[in-house]
Amino acid sequence: MEWETVIGLEIHAQLLTRSKIFSGAATAYGAPPNAQASLIDLAYPGVLPVLNAEAVRMAVKFGLAINARVMRRSVFARKNYFYPDLPKGYQISQYELPIVCGGAVCILLEDGTEKRIGVTRAHLEEDAGKSLHEAIPGLTGIDLNRAGTPLIEIVSDPDMRSAREAVAYLKKMHTLVRYLRICDGNMQEGSFRCDANVSVRPRGTEKLGTRAEIKNLNSFRFVEKAIQFEVARQIELLEAGGNVVQETRLYDADRGETRAMRSKEQANDYRYFPDPDLLPVEIDEPAIDAIAASLPELPDQKAQRFITEYGLSAYDAGVLTASNELADYYEQVVLHLAGHAKLAANSVMGELAGLLNRDGLEIGASPVDAAGLALLLQRIVDNTISGKLAKEVLEAMWQERASADAIIEARGLRQITDESAIERAIDAVMSAHAAQLADYRAGKDKLFGFFVGQVMKATGGKANPARLNELLRKKLSG
Amino acid sequence: MTGWHANTVAELSAALHEGSVSSVELTGLYLARIAQHQGALNAFISVTQEAALLQAERADARLRAGERGALIGVPIAHKDIFCTAGERTTCGSRMLANFVSPYDATVVERLRAAGAVMLGKTNMDEFAMGSSSETSYFGPVRNPWDPARVPGGSSGGSAPAATATDTGGSIRQPAALCGVTGLKPTYGRVSRFGMVAFASSLDQGGLLTISAEDAAVLLAAMAGFDERDSTSVELPVPDYTASLAQPLKGLKIGLLHEFFDQGLDPQIEQRIRDALDVLRLEGASLRDVSLPNLPLSVPTYYVVAPAECSSNLARFDGVRYGYRCERPRDLLDLYQRSRGEGFGAEVKRRIMVGTYVLSAGYYDAYYLKAQRVRALISADFARAFHEVDVLIGPTTPTAAFELGAKTGDPVTMYLNDIYTIGANLAGLPAISVPCGFVQGLPVGMQIIGPHFSEPRLLNVAHRYQCESDWHRRAPPGFT
Repeated sequence: MEWETVIGLEIHAQLLTRSKIFSGAATAYGAPPNAQASLIDLAYPGVLPVLNAEAVRMAVKFGLAINARVMRRSVFARKNYFYPDLPKGYQISQYELPIVCGGAVCILLEDGTEKRIGVTRAHLEEDAGKSLHEAIPGLTGIDLNRAGTPLIEIVSDPDMRSAREAVAYLKKMHTLVRYLRICDGNMQEGSFRCDANVSVRPRGTEKLGTRAEIKNLNSFRFVEKAIQFEVARQIELLEAGGNVVQETRLYDADRGETRAMRSKEQANDYRYFPDPDLLPVEIDEPAIDAIAASLPELPDQKAQRFITEYGLSAYDAGVLTASNELADYYEQVVLHLAGHAKLAANSVMGELAGLLNRDGLEIGASPVDAAGLALLLQRIVDNTISGKLAKEVLEAMWQERASADAIIEARGLRQITDESAIERAIDAVMSAHAAQLADYRAGKDKLFGFFVGQVMKATGGKANPARLNELLRKKLSG
Repeated sequence: MTGWHANTVAELSAALHEGSVSSVELTGLYLARIAQHQGALNAFISVTQEAALLQAERADARLRAGERGALIGVPIAHKDIFCTAGERTTCGSRMLANFVSPYDATVVERLRAAGAVMLGKTNMDEFAMGSSSETSYFGPVRNPWDPARVPGGSSGGSAPAATATDTGGSIRQPAALCGVTGLKPTYGRVSRFGMVAFASSLDQGGLLTISAEDAAVLLAAMAGFDERDSTSVELPVPDYTASLAQPLKGLKIGLLHEFFDQGLDPQIEQRIRDALDVLRLEGASLRDVSLPNLPLSVPTYYVVAPAECSSNLARFDGVRYGYRCERPRDLLDLYQRSRGEGFGAEVKRRIMVGTYVLSAGYYDAYYLKAQRVRALISADFARAFHEVDVLIGPTTPTAAFELGAKTGDPVTMYLNDIYTIGANLAGLPAISVPCGFVQGLPVGMQIIGPHFSEPRLLNVAHRYQCESDWHRRAPPGFT
């Protein structure tokens, strides 16, 4: 039987507010345990939550960016369960009336077509603290610094059909929240993480299979691997005549497998009810309009603009707009270069991306800035160096933190465009290789490349390739 | 140095400003009286003698420096549900028996800033859950009019001039049963920040005082918007004393038909009707008003309040503060024994009821339905206030009952709240004023008004108290 995979993702993105969602404590990552837990985060008797207006604005931004309905009225509810890192014994979340309903994003599939992935809802909630099981031997430590950090939980429709699609959707959202500057997207620190709901069904059937929920995936690779493993596990189970059990599973990255955490029977009854300590969140039209007016150019809009303005392919535009910083860098290069958008795109996506990747750097930390790269590309355009030598120059710029011109000068890489110099080199090569010359003239055209190579070798690679071709062709034909 | 204790806050304040008594002297006197009666009444959980005398010294210095303020140097007590920095806040529970709050409740902070001197923390039903002040971990409170009887609850220990809280009647009911004035303000009028939560949508801080005038003076200091409580309302605080003496001519009083039912002690009904005659003579007119959904308030309340309490009390888990069981085996054991040993029977009963009514499959049938009925009750009140200015009825169906009389039957106990709960469900202000005695036990008249009508309620209560002296009567042995 052929199986179809069905995936829905629940993304948790920490909002970039300075203080927590219901208290004035700071949200910065990495403070000593419990240094950023106020009496409100610690759930002292008598304390009350007060909603952070900035968190609401960020959620509205997100809703607008995915063309969702921003609800005029949303309600915070209590999700009740006992856990030591949940100080109040309940999490304040939104349940029946979330702030954002029904949006969508488009992902680019490998075959170049676009696919729409629906977003059921997005709601505001507070994060829990952390239980530190290894910190103190025999005991569990509780760090409540993260307790009360604002989160937006983005729930997708079950629209994804493969691990690849799930990753593409996750990357799309990752790009979007960073564009909106509502989340730093740091997956290692857990500021952007997701749960994957995975099920399989016989291809062609409508009814959804029983799903398993894989919790807390915090890298794109883990999402892909965990889903692939889970799909294979479910198919194997079903083909052996078994049943998938609805349960929560954890991905073990070391073993590359998912493991059952708790089944539906053991699941908590969260006893949701509206939080009487907080008023419903009411947002009016003018407030939404003001937020809409403050939205930055979004990834899709930017990609579209790159296609029309710079003549890039959809794929290139997608890569270059994957982060706001990369897109800005690219546009700076084009600006300094006064055009040559395609050359700039190839360079940024090619050599520059290669070096960044090799050294594990983000674009913001690139040793060569946009103006520096533009100057290098300018030297290709104005025939000072060849494209081939440019790679060597960029590598040197990267290491030595020097400008393209300084490197070209210091290494004597300036391209020979002087025709007489090139002619002299050609003459020397021709007289040194009389046999090959005779063969060429007898019709062995393939030897042209041989002569190009020899002249280049003689000029130290500095001969202008176009000029060389032209002169060589003329001279060889006698 | 005798006799001062019978004075109202207004009288004490006048004497302090005039210099006929110092705050240190007054504070000493009250501390001595607390010591004298504590054994018989058990009204206090903590007496903060040292801090009180220090505060009194500071108040005297302020007065000597010529500062003026209605509460400077006036001794008061706080219900032990309000957090007080540096002093124990127990909420009448073993769970918090040794809990010292690191911060002051807004109410405490404001009264302290106004110069009031805190004598101590008064006893109460555990977590304010009770109608008799018998469920305190620190033992029951007794009624000064008859120590064999309950003082009402949950604010049972707050007799002289004291802060209190009212979730279903916990200010008005003990006020009625002890012969004092009890004001529950509009929901949102007084900040709940620092008040240990029982049922968040119903809890409201208020006052137990000798007179309505005292309530006006204290409320002015306590009330007002607090950015730390999202449910506090951003409305200016009027000068409650300014309108106290206003004549009642033209006042339209509605008699709550549903309150004069078979459950009401006929002698209490007579005292209320006598009081209404006084108000009529003052120029008020009376008419009958019916609130058909009001009889549903007890079942409605006993769904909503436990639901909220089951969630509010989840934080008492033995992890961060409060009672923790000895040598827990594992996490579950820590939770079960800390909560099992830390909470008393009534609190556990309400947590269980609340957990049940919020559970999947029962939520719609209980919690949601109760919220709908709550909206109907609010609408009944709103309709009534189109016709009348205030509603009047008894505060309690009977006078104080004997200790232990109702502890075996929770439902009978819950029915004590039958007349007080409506105002909580609708978020309305209400005041109970003493209006006579039945077999030597005090009886209270309840006046309920529209949202933020405290000036009117205090005005009606004050005019009544100008024409009566029930509120100035002291129990035998307390004169």
